Amino acid sequence: MSELVPSKPRGDRFLGMRITPITRRRLHNFRANKRGFYSLWILTGLFLITFFAEFIANDRPLLVRFDGDLLFPVFVEYPETRFGGEFETAAEYRDPFVKDLIEEKGWIVWPIIPFSFQTINYDLPEPAPAPPSRVNWLGTDDQGRDVVARLIYGFRVSVSFGFILTIASSIIGVMVGATQGYFGGWIDLIGQRFIEIWSSMPQLFILIILMSIFEPSFLLLLGILLVFTWVGLVGVVRAEFLRARKFDYIRAARALGLSNSKIMFRHVLPNAMVATMTTMPFILAGSIGLLTSLDFLGFGLGADSASLGELLRQGKANIQAPWLGLTAFFTLGIMLSLVIFIGEAVRDAFDPRKILI
Amino acid sequence: MTEAPQKENGEARRVVLRVQDLAKHFPVRDGLFGRVSGHVYAVDGVSFSIHEGETLGVVGESGCGKSTLGKTVLRLLEPTAGQIVLRGEDITRTPERHLRAQRREMQMIFQDPYASLNPRMRCGDIVGEPLAIHGLASGQEKDDQVTSLFERVGLRVDQKKRYPHQLSGGQRQRLGIARALALKPSLIIADEPVSALDVSVQAQVINLLKDLQRDYNLAYLFVSHNLAVVEHISHRIAVMYLGKVVELADKRALFASPLHPYTEALLSAVPVADPRVKKERIILRGDVPSPMNPPSGCAFHTRCPHVKDICRVETPPLREVTAGHFAACHLREPAASN
Repeated sequence: MSELVPSKPRGDRFLGMRITPITRRRLHNFRANKRGFYSLWILTGLFLITFFAEFIANDRPLLVRFDGDLLFPVFVEYPETRFGGEFETAAEYRDPFVKDLIEEKGWIVWPIIPFSFQTINYDLPEPAPAPPSRVNWLGTDDQGRDVVARLIYGFRVSVSFGFILTIASSIIGVMVGATQGYFGGWIDLIGQRFIEIWSSMPQLFILIILMSIFEPSFLLLLGILLVFTWVGLVGVVRAEFLRARKFDYIRAARALGLSNSKIMFRHVLPNAMVATMTTMPFILAGSIGLLTSLDFLGFGLGADSASLGELLRQGKANIQAPWLGLTAFFTLGIMLSLVIFIGEAVRDAFDPRKILI
Repeated sequence: MTEAPQKENGEARRVVLRVQDLAKHFPVRDGLFGRVSGHVYAVDGVSFSIHEGETLGVVGESGCGKSTLGKTVLRLLEPTAGQIVLRGEDITRTPERHLRAQRREMQMIFQDPYASLNPRMRCGDIVGEPLAIHGLASGQEKDDQVTSLFERVGLRVDQKKRYPHQLSGGQRQRLGIARALALKPSLIIADEPVSALDVSVQAQVINLLKDLQRDYNLAYLFVSHNLAVVEHISHRIAVMYLGKVVELADKRALFASPLHPYTEALLSAVPVADPRVKKERIILRGDVPSPMNPPSGCAFHTRCPHVKDICRVETPPLREVTAGHFAACHLREPAASN
């Protein structure tokens, strides 16, 4: 005879956090979508690699052994005089003069790619843009800068910019949508009309005008893009709140004496998160695309930062150097495809009608 | 207006809730600019009071405003007119911020035990939340109180870790009751608390409510369309028709000698579980008139079998016909006061 044992919920922990059975099913669904699951790992891997870009592509050595001392130029800026040079300025390790000075009394360990995104390779066999070679794996751009180095830094800028923009615009969008949906009435009406007018403005032209007035910088660009991108999530969140505010458990919470903000964030928002989570990867793809197009037009982060849009523009300007355009195209294509694949998997995972066994 | 029911030792019980001429009208808007074209008179001048340890049943057919009455008393809906006095304090116009402390005194049990529980919260958290927000208990103390509430309403303690959808309907309603009890209120407004449950489970929940009333001296405003349930749990019963109370009386008096024709019709519609009993049913003709456009005079005159000319013109006030038995009907003259 079998004994009746209350079944213990299986695996209700994920990464050390308590998870609900619904979350478990969603994780399961997400994993079941192989394409999205591996895309997530690949994108995470690429982002982690580029996160340590300074150790992979840099014009400063990782390690220098000089006169019995171990030096770390990646972290510390040493003056040229440290190695017996003439100037008080930071040592130019790529300079043959400095190189020789160091190698007289020690050795140098270079990163895999001995160029930073701004490093100009003066030692090119032919005029820039130089084609791919042993030194410059994907060639150089029209200013003699290594394409691989620019790619690595550009990828990092694009993805982190996209992430920050997505999260920031989601926070604003959720707050606005929540307020409109929860309170309804005039607040909702005025908010909706404002958003209609706001989103019918020609965004790109306004962005270009703003960017040509101000000195471009990462934070400024983020702020200016945020002015338009927060609108994206308002609709879905508003709809969820409009639906949820009439539920009895919201009434019960009010009867218990909860404040409106507590009800919104403890009771309604968790139930509105599905719509938010499903939309976010697509907002991320949009943000990356927007940054790239601004860079392409020359109104992005500025000439001295690595960017994929700028590389794309160089590819257009230098048709004779196809390695520029092709590199930018494939990088962007792969990156955006990965994000979209992840987005599809997230969407499927949150789909309540989809039940996988 | 009502006399306080006497306890066995004759000591008058305290009034928990007094409602005076309470009204809730919903504006009906139409057209491009949302012009108010009329009102739905959901609750239209209702007065009653409830004492400690007493259950006032509110019955009436769908759309008579009984649920609106419950929600308005709780200030989940803003009253249009009238007065709500909770334990001697007028809360009719108290701003929402200050209402929080008053909310501890009155709680609600909802009709749909599933919709009234947040599906994303564990049962233990649902019951513990009111304790936390009113700063009554936290940590281990809160956990202990939740445990004792679970035991009190007949839920297993291990169900604290469950989600509402993992419970049965009756268990969910017990959870709703535990949540309402957490703040130790003096008044619980039960809006059709057993209508969504199986009959066998209904009895369990009703008996639980009665036990709790005895133990904590709770007052109930019990809204239901089910006369049998109301008869079982109530001490006094108010019958509502089109937003107005037409009869208010002690349970026994109401069932034994209904004074209002509507109550008579309502009672005659209750089936009796004995096939040999031949009952004379009073069949009401027509439908309930629209609460947007209630009939003049007595709202019931369109369907009343005993309608007189005065009924069409003059609205009958709710008068004490016999001691403690109120009715709003022109046909009932109050007994000579002694």
